[in-house]
Amino acid sequence: MPSLGASFGRGGATDFQQDLQNSDCIVIMGSNMAENHPVGFQWVMEARERGATVIHIDPRFTRTSAMASKWVGIRAGSDIAFLGGVVNYILQNDLWFEEYVKHYTNAPVIIADTFADTEDLDGLFSGWDPEKGKYDTTTWRYEGMEMHASAGNREEGFGPSGHQAGHGGAGGGLRHGEPPSEDPDLQHPRCVFQILKRHYQRYTPELVADLCGCSVEEFLFVCEALTQNSGRERTSAFCYAVGWTQHTVGVQYIRTAAIIQQLLGNMGRPGGGIVALRGHASIQGSTDIPTLYDILPGYLSMPHTEYYGDFESFMQANTSPTGFWGHFKAYWVSLMKSYFGEHATADNDWLFKQLPRIDDDNSVYFTVDQMLEGNVKGYIIAGENPAVGNSNGRANRLGLAKLDWLVVRDLVEIESASFWYDSPEIETGELETKAIPTEVFFLPAAAHTEKDGSFTNTQRLLQWHRQAVEPRDDCRSDLWFYFHLGRRIREKLADSKEPRDELVRYLRWDYPTHGQLDEPSAEAILAEINGSETATGAPLDAYTKLRDDGSTACGCWIYCGVFKDGVNQAARRKPHWEQDYVAAEWAWAWPANRRTIYNRASADPNGDPWSERKKLVWWDGTKWTGHDVPDFEPTKAPDYRPGKDATAEDAIAGDHPFIMQADGRSWLFVPQGLVDAPLPTHYEPHESPFDNPLYAQRANPRRQQRKKASYDPYNPVADEPGAEVYPYVVTTYRLTEHHTAGGMTRTIPYLSELQPEMFCEVSPELAAEAGLEAGGWATIFTARSAIEARVLVTNRIPPVTVQGRTTHQVGLPYHWGARGLTTGDSANDLGHLALDPNVHIMESKAMTCGIRPGRRPRGKALTEFVTELREQAHSRREMAPRHEPEETRKTSKT
Amino acid sequence: MSSTLGHPAAAPDGWDAYGDDQQPRVGFFTDTSVCIGCKACEVACKEWNLIPEDGLSWTGESYDNTSALGANTWRHVAFIEQEKPLHTNGDGSTGLRWLMESDVCKHCTHAACLDVCPTGSLIRTEFGTVIVQQDICNGCGYCVPACPFGVLDKRHIAKPPELPAFHGNEDGRVWKCTLCYDRLKGGHEPACAKACPTQSIQFGPLDELRERADARLAKLSGEGWNGVQLYGRDPDDGVGGFGAFFLLLDDPEVYGLPPDPIVTTKHLGEMWSSMAAAATVLVAGVACAFIGRRR
Amino acid sequence: MSSYYGRPVIKEPTWTWQIPTYFFTGGLGGASSVLSLSATLFGNEQLARRALYIGALADAACPPLLIADLGRPERFHHMLRVVKPTSPMNMGSWVLLASGGASSTAAALERLGRLRPLRHTAATVAALFGPALATYTGVLIADTAVPVWHEGRKELPWLFGATAAASAGAAACMAVDPEHAGPARRLAIGAVAADIALMRAMELRLGEVGEVYRKGAAGTLGLAAKALAGAGATVLAKRGGRSRGAAVLGGALVCAGGLCLRWSVFKAGFQSARDPKYTVGPQRARVEREGTKVTTQPKA
Ligand SMILES: Nc1nc2c(c(=O)[nH]1)N[C@H]1C(S)=C(S)[C@@H](COP(=O)(O)OP(=O)(O)OC[C@H]3O[C@@H](n4cnc5c(=O)[nH]c(N)nc54)[C@H](O)[C@@H]3O)O[C@H]1N2
Ligand SMILES: Nc1nc2c(c(=O)[nH]1)N[C@H]1C(S)=C(S)[C@@H](COP(=O)(O)OP(=O)(O)OC[C@H]3O[C@@H](n4cnc5c(=O)[nH]c(N)nc54)[C@H](O)[C@@H]3O)O[C@H]1N2
Ligand code: SF4
Ligand code: SF4
Ligand code: SF4
Ligand code: SF4
Ligand code: SF4
Ligand SMILES: [Mo]
Repeated sequence: MPSLGASFGRGGATDFQQDLQNSDCIVIMGSNMAENHPVGFQWVMEARERGATVIHIDPRFTRTSAMASKWVGIRAGSDIAFLGGVVNYILQNDLWFEEYVKHYTNAPVIIADTFADTEDLDGLFSGWDPEKGKYDTTTWRYEGMEMHASAGNREEGFGPSGHQAGHGGAGGGLRHGEPPSEDPDLQHPRCVFQILKRHYQRYTPELVADLCGCSVEEFLFVCEALTQNSGRERTSAFCYAVGWTQHTVGVQYIRTAAIIQQLLGNMGRPGGGIVALRGHASIQGSTDIPTLYDILPGYLSMPHTEYYGDFESFMQANTSPTGFWGHFKAYWVSLMKSYFGEHATADNDWLFKQLPRIDDDNSVYFTVDQMLEGNVKGYIIAGENPAVGNSNGRANRLGLAKLDWLVVRDLVEIESASFWYDSPEIETGELETKAIPTEVFFLPAAAHTEKDGSFTNTQRLLQWHRQAVEPRDDCRSDLWFYFHLGRRIREKLADSKEPRDELVRYLRWDYPTHGQLDEPSAEAILAEINGSETATGAPLDAYTKLRDDGSTACGCWIYCGVFKDGVNQAARRKPHWEQDYVAAEWAWAWPANRRTIYNRASADPNGDPWSERKKLVWWDGTKWTGHDVPDFEPTKAPDYRPGKDATAEDAIAGDHPFIMQADGRSWLFVPQGLVDAPLPTHYEPHESPFDNPLYAQRANPRRQQRKKASYDPYNPVADEPGAEVYPYVVTTYRLTEHHTAGGMTRTIPYLSELQPEMFCEVSPELAAEAGLEAGGWATIFTARSAIEARVLVTNRIPPVTVQGRTTHQVGLPYHWGARGLTTGDSANDLGHLALDPNVHIMESKAMTCGIRPGRRPRGKALTEFVTELREQAHSRREMAPRHEPEETRKTSKT
Repeated sequence: MSSTLGHPAAAPDGWDAYGDDQQPRVGFFTDTSVCIGCKACEVACKEWNLIPEDGLSWTGESYDNTSALGANTWRHVAFIEQEKPLHTNGDGSTGLRWLMESDVCKHCTHAACLDVCPTGSLIRTEFGTVIVQQDICNGCGYCVPACPFGVLDKRHIAKPPELPAFHGNEDGRVWKCTLCYDRLKGGHEPACAKACPTQSIQFGPLDELRERADARLAKLSGEGWNGVQLYGRDPDDGVGGFGAFFLLLDDPEVYGLPPDPIVTTKHLGEMWSSMAAAATVLVAGVACAFIGRRR
Repeated sequence: MSSYYGRPVIKEPTWTWQIPTYFFTGGLGGASSVLSLSATLFGNEQLARRALYIGALADAACPPLLIADLGRPERFHHMLRVVKPTSPMNMGSWVLLASGGASSTAAALERLGRLRPLRHTAATVAALFGPALATYTGVLIADTAVPVWHEGRKELPWLFGATAAASAGAAACMAVDPEHAGPARRLAIGAVAADIALMRAMELRLGEVGEVYRKGAAGTLGLAAKALAGAGATVLAKRGGRSRGAAVLGGALVCAGGLCLRWSVFKAGFQSARDPKYTVGPQRARVEREGTKVTTQPKA
């Protein structure tokens, strides 16, 4: 979550769900928490019982709204305007937490005069390069800071790439903790605070209401609730999930909330923070120990081809001189020692030379493009179901059909494994089983009940689970698969002389196994991740013990301590009613078992709690202490000031709580680390029926599109002719009764019977307008495809009035596919591949569509139906094509 | 048992028969004001009790595709979409509300199902709950229309392979909530209560639950909750009070519950006597047919 | 009136065709035993003997019907595990056992012409339980939550008793020579009159709930019942004393009427259970009238 990382230093939920019970106001926005995190939601209910105001802001009235004190219905894709309005309200009415903002945020920092705002450039920031379609982000830097040579294309790998950057890794080029020029009184026209004020001044209540489709009263209710429940005595929290992330400006949605929480002083405090509700049981774990292409465990940058051979420049580019990223080398070397043991030495640069490099964007949808172009030979799908779960299902399936071989490891034969005989494209005749070259291997996987392991959940909490039963038949754990696969490969390469095989031969691959199946010990692997002294093998207890001389090995620096004293801390099971609400003895949270990160901010600059009611950690005169593990060096006094030559954490002053940041402050303004904006700005979704009332620039200029790809056509938008073919806003989401692409739920009778059919949610008004019959069928279509769904007419998804126009919204759960006990069309067949530029996520939360009564055409007729409508729409568009400024303007000042 | 003839007594019929083995009477307080409609209770119940899946039919009735309690549904979560504010104290709460209620067997103090069961298959347990003894039930079906809440039904479903072998291809017996009798015996709380993430389903000794409910009612009405009321809490109601009672946010019938249920055997006395009279008159009538003109 | 998506509040019975048929045969059997014993007492040999046979046959038909309706037929004997006054079905099983057992014994001995005293005792036992057998089925269905049955609890035993008497008389008319069938005829005619009167009275007293007797299957069968029984009674009255043929026809019509009436009542129960308004309406009205303790409102 680069947005949180860029703002605060770590890409994880800043708080734990149990702490929500201490909130005085909870805003759930971009999440349907009651339906998708029902167990965590009990703490929201607890807060409500204690008198907290619970607000749900969502296009639909959901099971979460039903529990909330207030629901505000808005148009999908309009959140930045709404939240920007809140920022403006706070600033205009002087309701910000002065002491907090002045000391803990970068509000006082003066920005270089190369920076120009969207307000001045009609929707673009300075540094826009139309050829590259990218920003030169150095124009956004702190004043007086010397910059890296070619920092312009950081994301290409020079310096921390997207994810490490997104985790505070962007050093900001600071040489010591204090930015060169600041104005403590926040008056300087180029200080962050003033820039912020100007940037949001047009986000008035009236504009918000007109753009989001809510009422001014509703908007003001939220503003008042938030401001009245923030300050010394009270705290407010935000909860979000993919209702915010799945947009072409997703990262900036979260940034806007981050700005509000900084201005109101809610970060690092009990009942405050931004709770990022994550997905799969261990999805947080899958970024900590990444399944991502561009980072290594602990958000360390993956080396890029540019660095071939040059270890030092790589170290230099990734080491922030100040803050905890100052120890990048220690984390890196320890990782290499953990991978390669004695083979990694100072003399061979810890095998840096031999490490694989990334040469390009290898994110999932880019890989789909490559498949379609025939550049991908083989593919392993483990633990996902892209044929249903990925946007633009057709493109994904056609891609799979171009592989030579495909391995699918799953509990059941999912659509991604069966596409070659039962996908919609087989039905339409686009694919013919005989003609598909792909050889598909289905390998049955063992479920979590059939193996030991840990889940790193939404609040960075590692929870251990033990095997309950042996896997049936050929089912094997993923651990088993990868371990024995590696073992066999290593046997084959044992005496290879090829340099390219060196790393494989050097790998430490000596895990103890047990049982008839030779199951590797998951605990041994957790111990390896925790790390140890290479000499003695003694387990480490904190990442502060990591060294860059090879004396320590650690598989993931942020997890260091999970095997403290040789004990599996993640397996601790002391229930919360036997300890205080922080429940520090239940499992283990990274970093260092802290439950609320940045908790130094729960005390004032002098180290005293802001108030008795909201005390969490404080300075007792000699050390930091409190209910939670202090997120600060235990004995660094509040009045500590770094010397000019101080580095790493020593460069962070005693009153700067955000220790991962180069300047120890949270970032209202993000000079580096995000590729599309230093400040969130409202852009319309890639597909929406409206222009951007704020700027000529309609949508995020930096969004990733496939303009020329035949397999990813887009609907005409706004007032373009042809847009009327797809007049409605459509959003997709989940139901409590099913899980994501359905492999785990559509196969289970007890769940299938609870939501047995794909349906769409429409308002009575839309049903009347489109002639839809309650309980009947509807066909929903975009330029990509058409699907059918049963019609659920409900007042829970009312039309909204935007820019004077009544706009209908269509709601679609995305759980269905061709297989299982309950089958149905996949919402993702309607989806497109326009992505957020920071995390390459698709915009499945706000698109446009058309809807008609009745079932969809079958077979070839379906393709014809979709094509006909699309060609209609596109040919009309040709008459008056839209040229967005992004395609023409160059905005660098210098 | 005879206590249901004439006026209800407070103690559940048959419970005191346990003497020393008698356990405190337990039950449920289902607080719909915190129900998030997650249906974990439905699933937990089916999992624990190995109840067969019974049809994949989509209703279009809000998010309720279970529809009603029955032989294969012992917990049923009702969903009601209303254009009514949640609160009446003008706190700005929206004009929409979505009521959710997890329904279950009421384990009546005076249980019609139990009273009318001809085989003694339905019994009162030592916990004061009402269960069907599956090895006794002969599927006469009498309890089905006797229950004033439509809880029980005969299981018609063909036996799903993964479940234990049933009689032939059709079960034929009636099934309902056992209040997890097996779990209670093992000292565990019922599966549905265990699974409920928000404590909408509260399990415990009935008198405790009643106190909690009274406090809850006072709190919520103080907060101005629209239509808040308890249902089945009062031992003097038509079934002598429910073992599993509810906090509702609207009239019972809105949730598909009877507004004034009465245990049918309450009137059994009059029925027997009117039968006795009818029988006598029948004899007399026949006799009369002989008296008078002889041929 | 609000309801949950118009779904029923209570469950429809699970009973199938055997049950109303049993109501008929049970009634016929029970009343016939009484008729037979009275005939013996009043010295009407032929009527006594034939009524006895009819009763025995009708009783004999009952157990198979009841067992066939069970979900677990092999467990029919569980009906006699307990003696349970709160369960009309349990009581009924005992009554059927006694009355049916007795009537068949009596009939068998009659046929064999042996053990006269025992035959008489058996017949007496049968006649003793007969009235109960003929009327308890009214209690059986009244003792449910089915609105139209439970609310009709006062009339149902009377109604079923009358129908039983009518069919017993009618059946006898068919089997006995007209000159000996006088009492049976009078019984049939009188009972039919009572039957129709009772039926009307019940519908009236039931009010809104009673409307199911004018709707759907229950309505049609109800009309048929009245028409058939009425016609049958008239035929018996006009010519039943003279022509054997007329007696058979009239008797058959009355019996058919009796069968239809049982079916009408049976169906009415299902119809009133199916529509929530019959459950909620009257209860709501009662709450308005008398208040209720089932809901606890917050203290003002
Ligand atoms: N039962 C269940 N639980 C789950 C999952 C599941 O599939 N089933 N999936 C898990 C996973 S992988 C994840 S990532 C999480 C996701 O958790 P959530 O983010 O809560 O999941 P969604 O239902 O996709 O989206 C949440 C809400 O976003 C709303 N929304 C759509 N567009 C917008 C918008 O533009 N603005 C705002 N404010 N809201 C919008 C939708 O109406 C929806 O109610 O849930 C996890 N938990
Ligand atoms: N339109 C639309 N599309 C979306 C979203 C949306 O909101 N709207 N949400 C997006 C989000 S947030 C997510 S996370 C994705 C999810 O989409 P996917 O991840 O593609 O779909 P899942 O069904 O979660 O796939 C997980 C698979 O892993 C299998 N599995 C479970 N346990 C194991 C195991 O231990 N080992 C192995 N090998 N397999 C296992 C399951 O059977 C299941 O098939 O969908 C995305 N797509
Ligand atoms: S499924 Fe697991 S992660 Fe999701 S809410 Fe339930 S318990 Fe929590
Ligand atoms: S609710 Fe119905 S099934 Fe449950 S105990 Fe009462 S009468 Fe019996
Ligand atoms: S069906 Fe079974 S439980 Fe119900 S009354 Fe008959 S025997 Fe008793
Ligand atoms: S108590 Fe047990 S049986 Fe009854 S509903 Fe709950 S889980 Fe099901
Ligand atoms: S588990 Fe609890 S919250 Fe969920 S539906 Fe059942 S009662 Fe409601
Ligand atoms: Mo997710």
